[in-house]
Order: sequence, then C-alpha cells, then structure tokens
Amino acid sequence: MKLVYFAWVRERIGRGEEELDLPSSVQTVADLLEWLKSLGEGYQEALKVPKAIRVAINHEHVDYHERLDGAREIALFPPMTGG
Amino acid sequence: MSPALSVRVQREDFDTAAEIKLAGETSRQTGAVVSFTGICRDDDGGLAALELEHYPGMAERALAATAQEALDRWRLLAITIIHRFGRIVPGENIVLVVTASTHRQAAFEAASFLMDFLKSRAPFWKKIISGDGSDSGWVDAKDTDEDALRRWSETHGCDR
Repeated sequence: MKLVYFAWVRERIGRGEEELDLPSSVQTVADLLEWLKSLGEGYQEALKVPKAIRVAINHEHVDYHERLDGAREIALFPPMTGG
Repeated sequence: MSPALSVRVQREDFDTAAEIKLAGETSRQTGAVVSFTGICRDDDGGLAALELEHYPGMAERALAATAQEALDRWRLLAITIIHRFGRIVPGENIVLVVTASTHRQAAFEAASFLMDFLKSRAPFWKKIISGDGSDSGWVDAKDTDEDALRRWSETHGCDR
C-alpha cells in the first residue's frame, strides 16, 4: 500500500511516502493509525494525538471508520490551512 | 451555456486584474464580478516567508469539488480559483477566488463560500519561516475556520 505524509506528519515520520505491506488485521483507517504507531518513535510522535490527523484515500477525505478496500494511496496529514 | 470554470494550483504568481477581466468577459449575461485575494501578511515583523506545501492531485480535486458545490448552490457564470504553493513572502499573493453572476448577491456569497471551504478543506499547509531563516513550525488550523464552514450547512444558495 502506498502511504503519503504531509506537513508535520511527514516531518515526524521522517519521509514523504512509502510502500507498506499492511497486515490483514488492518481493515479500517482507525486500524491503520493504530498499527502505524507500532512502527517506531517517529510514527508515535506523528500520530500521538489521533484527532489531529486527517486521512484521505485515493485523494478523497475519509473518516476513521472507512474501510481500506480499494485504496491505492492513503494520505495522512494535519488539519489543512489553505487560503 | 455552462459556467466557465478555471481551477489552478501553481507555484507562480497570478495577475489579479487580468483574471477578474477574463471572468467578467465569459458571458454577456454577467452583471457582477467579485474577487477575493489572499495575501501573505506579516503580523509582527518577524516573518520572512511562508512555505506552502500541498498534496498534488488532491489539491486540484478538492478545489474543483468545492467549485462544483458552489455551482450547485448559486447561479454563477464563471468561477476562477488559483492557489499557489512554494515559498511566498509577505505582500505576495497566495490565493485568488473570482466569481461572476448576473447579480451581485450570488457572486458575493459564492466567493465567501469558496474561501471558507478552501481554508479547511483544500490540502495545503503553511510553514512559517522566521526572519532569521529558521523554521518556526506550522500555521495551526483555527476553530473559527471550522465555524465558518458550518454556517454554510445551515443556509442555502440564494437564487436556486
């Protein structure tokens, strides 16, 4: 699965994107966020306040209940500050 | 005639006057053109620049979806949205929204709606670069921006 990170999520994880093999137990966005925290300190630091993390699947915003079926690219980022 | 829609995500600056003129010329029915320009400001003299990061692909898509939502709510003749990314110094343009309609109310409301939406729904993030060149963290999202969004869920377009 391709994961992409932006802004301080990218900085804390230490890379902008990566390919990860997700275990079969990871079915939803919430599962993914929990599982990523097991990958190391940078991930824990990036994801320690889960409510601060926004998620998009294939360029569409999704909530934490969303299932990952059909996902080609999953993006994690902080609340947006456009405009 | 379908409305003229132009959505751009770009590094380079834009010509506000030219964009307003263009949006106003797309239809002979146009009677009102409203524009909003967002400019990089320096509140306390300490800002060297903002570094705008964006999510390529999703940024264009989110702006286009927001424009479509505005077209569903108001009878508009043209919408232009330009959002820049990269390093932007105080005084420089960040974003432009132009709306054109037959009468002013739709154009005013749609421009306001578009800005409220792209503030917290378009995937852009602003990093603060201080005067001494150091990275001073990221601009935080404001609750007031979310509040601004909510008011649109309680109201509807004026002339639909």
